[in-house]
Amino acid sequence: MKPQTLAKGGGIVVLLILAVLFPQVFNNPGVSVYGVFAMVFATAAVAWHIFSGYTGYISLGQAVFYGSGAYAMGIAARDWHMSPHAAFELFPLAAAVGAIIAVPFGLVALRVRRHTFIVVTIAVFFIFQLMAFNLWFTGGSSGLGFPFLNGTQAQVNETFYYIGLGCTVGSVIIAWLIGRSRFGLQLRAIRDDEDRARGLGVKTTRVKLTAFVISGALSGLIGAVAFYYVGQVEPQTGFNPLFDLTLVLMVFLGGFGSISGAVLGALIIEPLSQWINTQPSLTGYSEIMLGGIFLLVVLFMPRGIIPTGSEYLTKLRTRGRAAVSPATTVGPASSTPSSPSVSSGGAR
Amino acid sequence: MAREIAQAIVDGILVGGVYALMAVGLTLIFGVLDIINIAQGVLVILGAYLSYSLLEKAHIDPFLGLLVTVPAMFVIGVVIHWAFISRLRGSERTSMTLLVTYAVGLIVEGILFKVYGANTVQINTWYTNSTVHILDFYVGWIYIWGFILAVALVAALYALLYRTRFGRSVRATMQDETAARLVGIDVNRVAALTFGIGVAVTAAGGMVFGSTIAFNANSGYDLISRLLSIIILGGMGSIGGALGASVFMLTLEAVVTVWQPTWAVAVYYAALVIVLLYRPAGLFGRKAVRAQ
Repeated sequence: MKPQTLAKGGGIVVLLILAVLFPQVFNNPGVSVYGVFAMVFATAAVAWHIFSGYTGYISLGQAVFYGSGAYAMGIAARDWHMSPHAAFELFPLAAAVGAIIAVPFGLVALRVRRHTFIVVTIAVFFIFQLMAFNLWFTGGSSGLGFPFLNGTQAQVNETFYYIGLGCTVGSVIIAWLIGRSRFGLQLRAIRDDEDRARGLGVKTTRVKLTAFVISGALSGLIGAVAFYYVGQVEPQTGFNPLFDLTLVLMVFLGGFGSISGAVLGALIIEPLSQWINTQPSLTGYSEIMLGGIFLLVVLFMPRGIIPTGSEYLTKLRTRGRAAVSPATTVGPASSTPSSPSVSSGGAR
Repeated sequence: MAREIAQAIVDGILVGGVYALMAVGLTLIFGVLDIINIAQGVLVILGAYLSYSLLEKAHIDPFLGLLVTVPAMFVIGVVIHWAFISRLRGSERTSMTLLVTYAVGLIVEGILFKVYGANTVQINTWYTNSTVHILDFYVGWIYIWGFILAVALVAALYALLYRTRFGRSVRATMQDETAARLVGIDVNRVAALTFGIGVAVTAAGGMVFGSTIAFNANSGYDLISRLLSIIILGGMGSIGGALGASVFMLTLEAVVTVWQPTWAVAVYYAALVIVLLYRPAGLFGRKAVRAQ
């Protein structure tokens, strides 16, 4: 094994141990709540990455799955009169609902590309919010309650932290396996040049839809976890337009196109925004701050922390020597050909 | 029933004129700069709040106040373009500008919440509260004035685009940016001014919007999702398409409201999905949308 791979593996193991120990060290519920939400958003960001990061189609409709997963679980728990502990068995149902919704959603939205795709995902998102408000089984604008878990806040936090951690690790593994596979290669071929990928025999629609469904399943699952933890889901929290922008912000801050970027961005942004929300002197500023950070990232560090940082490290290491091929493979955006110049001729 | 539907059609056409004004700004920006201004919805609300403040604080009639708010929104548009949009380059520019304008919209929304609070307000004048009886229909004066204003402004935009030298350079940039640059058009200047004009119309749109309905900083989301549906239906970048789609969609919504008030908004999204399934370029769109 190369020493670099070894160092990387060692780093991941250390991180995992730290993550597992976190609630044991910080068992104050005021602190561990940050951990729970960080894990929720890390999973959601990786799920976003599985579709949008690999294919380059930026989805602003992930909240559709997130909210639907939460609603599916809430409705099932209510109608089947689930006890709080039995309700944990509903998480796979939430994932299944996310996956099922992703099929028609994807079939419609994936007919168009680039900005039209983004707009369609926003439109579908609003349809779902509208349905959550108005359908007879969703509880209307007051939303749904979840079964109430007994135990102290610290115990509840610990339970959900480990569930969240499990989801994060699971989705990172899925994303990593996809990235290494032939399927992942096809997704990236679509990102670089969809028409050429199709010309080379990639079944683009099927491949994109598969990634979308996987992403939807994971988002639905984590949505159910998040709202079971919160205990309540309303249309405007379950289907929150800020949710998608937050995910995109996390991924762009960490580094668009890399799994570690998605996780890192979530671990930075989510505790920060939780903290802002709990400061009485800052109430009402969270939107301004979120927007402001986003603008700073996009304008000054458009490729994110991980690609910029690893390039910097490579520069440090290779100083004085002939530069080995620089680590451009980390930043996918750099290798993307400028598609507008290609398409502006109206190729087809 | 037939009476109610006829009334709904009249209402729809009148409100559609106002939406057309806002949608034209959006589609113009898209056509020239190839970006979608997600902040348009919030900027409409900002325009509404500006008129509201002028009326409440300085007792200036909203229609007269447009002489102040339209140039103010124009300047805001040019500043947004200069500060954020002109700085983005590269292959992912379109997607990035979409996110950047989303972020700008969030900041504006946050500021509006801070300044005006979360309570809804409405612009109140004599013509927002009284109706007129024409040909068996009851129509609010504001709808009539708003419609006349919208038609006048859209006509002015048309004249600007099709009868002036500046308009010709705008259309040239829409057709082919590189070629426009080659024949000596200052594309950056055209882009900045177009963005300014596209935002400036939100002052008028917002004034009428704020006079017809109670609003707060949050109303921008609902508005932008409608406007986006309209410009996609009309074909992105097509000004005539935006006009037609606004009137069509608002009329459809008003007619559906007669039966099903809660689901009326869904007609936008349903129409959008159906159109995209059969005509991905929109009803009047340029073919290129799919190829992008």
